[in-house]
Amino acid sequence: MRPNKSFLLTLIYDARYRSITFQVLLLLSIIFGIWWVVDNTVTNLAAQNKGVGFGFLTQTSGFQISPTLGTWLFGYEVGKSSYLEVYYIGIVNTFIVAFFGIFAATILGFTLGIMRLSQNFIFRAFSTVYIEIGRNVPLLVQLFFWYFAVLRTLPSRREKVELIPDVMGINITGLYIPRAMPEEGFSLTLYAFLIACGITWFTSRWAKKRQQRTGQIFPMFWAGVGILLGLPLVVFLVTGSPLTWEYPVFAETGPLLKRGYQAGAGVLVIPEMLAVWFALSIYTAAFIAEIVRAGIVAVPKGQTEASSALGIKKNYALRLVIIPQAMRIIIPPLTSQYLNLTKNSSLAVAIAYPELVSVFAGTALNQVGREIEMIFMTMAVYLTFSIVTAIFMNWFNARVKLVER
Amino acid sequence: MPQKTDNKSVNFVRTEAAPLLPPPASEAGITGWLYQNIFNSMSDFSSPVATIKSVLMGLLTIFLLYVGLGQFWALLDFSLFSAVWSAPEGVKREACLTVDKGGELPSGWHGACWPFVAAKMKFLMYGAYDNDQLWRPNVTALIGLIGLAWVMIEPLPYRRYVGAFLLTIYPLIALILLTGGNFDTDYNSVTVITILGLLLITIGRQAAAGRMGQTAGEFAGMFGTFGWIFIAYAAVNATLGVDFNLRQIGTNDWGGLLITLVVAVTGIVASLPLGIVLALGRRSHMPVARILSTVFIEFWRGVPLITVLFMASVMLPLFLPEGVNFDNLLRALIGVMLFSAAYMAEVIRGGLQAMDKGQFEGADALGLSYWQKMRLIILPQALTHVIPGIVNTFIGLFKDTTLVSIVSIFDMLGAVQSTYADPSWGTPVQDETGYLFIVIIYFVFCFGMSRYSMFMEYKLSTSRKN
Repeated sequence: MRPNKSFLLTLIYDARYRSITFQVLLLLSIIFGIWWVVDNTVTNLAAQNKGVGFGFLTQTSGFQISPTLGTWLFGYEVGKSSYLEVYYIGIVNTFIVAFFGIFAATILGFTLGIMRLSQNFIFRAFSTVYIEIGRNVPLLVQLFFWYFAVLRTLPSRREKVELIPDVMGINITGLYIPRAMPEEGFSLTLYAFLIACGITWFTSRWAKKRQQRTGQIFPMFWAGVGILLGLPLVVFLVTGSPLTWEYPVFAETGPLLKRGYQAGAGVLVIPEMLAVWFALSIYTAAFIAEIVRAGIVAVPKGQTEASSALGIKKNYALRLVIIPQAMRIIIPPLTSQYLNLTKNSSLAVAIAYPELVSVFAGTALNQVGREIEMIFMTMAVYLTFSIVTAIFMNWFNARVKLVER
Repeated sequence: MPQKTDNKSVNFVRTEAAPLLPPPASEAGITGWLYQNIFNSMSDFSSPVATIKSVLMGLLTIFLLYVGLGQFWALLDFSLFSAVWSAPEGVKREACLTVDKGGELPSGWHGACWPFVAAKMKFLMYGAYDNDQLWRPNVTALIGLIGLAWVMIEPLPYRRYVGAFLLTIYPLIALILLTGGNFDTDYNSVTVITILGLLLITIGRQAAAGRMGQTAGEFAGMFGTFGWIFIAYAAVNATLGVDFNLRQIGTNDWGGLLITLVVAVTGIVASLPLGIVLALGRRSHMPVARILSTVFIEFWRGVPLITVLFMASVMLPLFLPEGVNFDNLLRALIGVMLFSAAYMAEVIRGGLQAMDKGQFEGADALGLSYWQKMRLIILPQALTHVIPGIVNTFIGLFKDTTLVSIVSIFDMLGAVQSTYADPSWGTPVQDETGYLFIVIIYFVFCFGMSRYSMFMEYKLSTSRKN
C-alpha cells in the first residue's frame, strides 16, 4: 500500500477502475472519430451544394434496365418509374438469382461431395478435379469466362441453337423458354396441391405414431410422392387441363431486321443472368461439396458399426444414423455458403446484370449522385439478410445442439 | 516331399513351410486396384435391385470417364497440341487466324494463341509500369520471396528476425522501390517529432530512475513507449522523404500481377494484427470493447466486398477533411484491409474459443498481466490452432483482389480484359487464351497456398497425436 498514490494512478493501476477508465477512453475516442467523420462529411457536402435526404427516391429514373423478373413485376418504364422502384427491382433480381444459385449449388455440391467419398476411383477423381478448379479460380474470372468466352460467342440474334426443338432455344440475346399460361380453373389445381401437402403431413404423423405403437413401417416416402403428385394431377385432368404453354416464336423469313426470336412470345432469360447463375452455382458448389464431405467423414465409424451391430439395414442406418449426425455438422457452414452466394451475386455488376449493386449503387448512383444514402441503402439490404440468417442459425444451432451432461 | 520322423504316432508332420500362394487377383496388383477402386461398386448381381444398381453405376462411370477425359483432352489440345506457340516478327493476329478469316491455319482450328499472351506479358505482369524501371518491382518481389521462403523453411537460422524484417522494414522498402519515394515530407515537423520523442525517452529514463517523483515513476514505461513510437514515426517519414534518385511512378501506371500482389499482400499483412485486436475485443470482458468489435466485425462481414470498394471509392473522399486526397489504389486498399480484418477476426476468435480454460487460469495464477497472458500464453497457441483457417482467409482474399478491377484498377483480370480491346490481336480465341492464362496463374497461387495449409495442418497435428 502506497498512501500517497495519486487519483490518476488509481484509475490506471487499480483493477477495480482500470477497465472502466479504458472503456471510457475508448468510447470517447470512437465518439470523437464519428464526430470528425460527420463534421467532414457535412463540410464536404456543403461545399458541393448537396444535402442529405431521401427525396430523390420519388424522382423518375432515366435509364433502361434489361428485361428481368424485377422489371416485369414492377412494370418498369424509363421516365415513369421512380428510383424507389429501381431499388425494388434490384432487390428482386438479386434474390431471384441467389435463389436459383442456391438451388443449383446445393444439388451439385451434395452430388460432388458424396462422389468424392465414393469407392469408385473415376467418381472420386472427377469430383476432386472439379472441386479444386471450382474453388481455386476467382469467381469473377469464372463469371467473365461464362459471359465473354461462352455466352457471347453464341450465334447472333438472327440465328439460334435449339436445345429442345421449337420449345427452347438460345442465342446471343439470351435463352428463350416457354411461358406457362394458366387458364380459368387452374387455381383448383393449386388448391389441390395445398390440400395434398396437408394430407401428406397428417399421414406422416399417423405413420410415425403407428410405427412407435406397433413397430410396423409405412412406406411414407412413396405414399407422399403419390399424394403430392397424384391429387393435383387428378384435379388438373378433371378440370380439363387448364394450362397452356406459350412457345417462343422464331422468324426465319420476313424483313431482315424482324428475323430471330420475337419479343413477347415465351420468356426471355437474359445471358447476364445465365452467366451469373452458372458462375455462382459452380463456384459455390465446390465449397458445398467440401462441407458435405467433411460432414460425412466427421461422423465416427463407430456409429456405422454400432448400427450394423444392432441389425439396422444399411440404407436405414444411412438415413437414421449417419445423415442426421452429418447434417448437424453440415448445416451451419452450408448456411454461411448460402449467405456468401447471395453477397457474391453483387459481382454481377461487372457484366451489368441488373441486380441491386448494378442498378442502384451503380447506374442510379451515377445519375443521382447521392453516394451516402444510396450506398447505405444497398448495404442495408445485405446486412438485413445476413442478420436474419444469423438469427435463424442461432435458433437452429440451439435446437440441434447435443444435450451434454 | 515331407521327411520321415522318428515319432511313429504321427504319420505326417510338415517341416518346411508350404510355398506362399500369390494373393487373389482381386486384392493385389493392377487388377486388384482396378477391382477395389472401380469394379467393386458395380459387380453385385445378387438381386434384381442390386443388378440394376450395378448396371447404373457402370453406365455412370463410363459416362463420367467419357466426359472427364473428353474435357481433359479438349483442354490439352487447346492449350498445347493445337496451340500456336510463336509468331514471326511483325505478324500479329494473322498468326492465329483460320483460312476463312484471312490467316493460314486450317478451317475449324481451335487452339490457344500464345503469341498474344507473350506480346501482352509485360502488361499482364506490370501494367503500364515504365519499361526501363521493371527491375524495381522485380527486386521487390525477389526480396519478398526470399524472405518468405526463409521464414517457411524450418532449419534456417534467424527466422524470427527475417519475419520481423518482412513485417516492418520490407513494406517501407517496397513502397519506396515501387513508387520511387521522395514524398514531400515536412522535415520541420519530423525534427520536432524526433526531438519530442527523444525528450519523452529521456523523461522516461529519468522517471524510471526515480528522479522525478513517484507519479512520474509509475508512468515511466508509458513515456518510453510513446517516445519510441514518435521516433519510429519520424524515421519512416524521413526515409519516405529522401530522394533516392528513383523516377516517380504513380499507382495509375501500376497494373497486372503487380497490383494483384500489392493488394493481396497488403490486405494479408494488415488484416492479421487488426484481426487479432478485433478478436480480443470481441472476447473481452469490457462491454464497450466487446460491443464495438462485434458491431464492426458483423458490419463488414454482412456486406459484399464490392459495396465496400464502392464505398471506399466514392464515400471515403467525403469522410476526410477537404484537400486530403487519396489515390484510387490506396482507397481500395483501405476497403480491402477493413473487410479482411473482420474475416480474420472471426477465424482468430475461433482459435481463442477452442483454447482450454485452464490456460487462461494458469496464466492468471502466475500473475501475468492481460497483455503478457495474451502475448506469451494464449495467442501463440490460438494462432497455431487456426493456421489453416488463416491461410484459407488469405486464399479468399487473394481471389477477392479481382474485384478491384470493377472499380477500374487494372489488376491481372482488369489487365486481361483491357488487352482484348487491342484490335491488332483480335482473334476468335483471344478471350479464351487470355482467361486460360490467368486461370492458370490464379490456380497455381491458390492451390499452392491450400496445399501449404494442409501441410501445416498435418505438421501441427503430429504433436497432438500421442
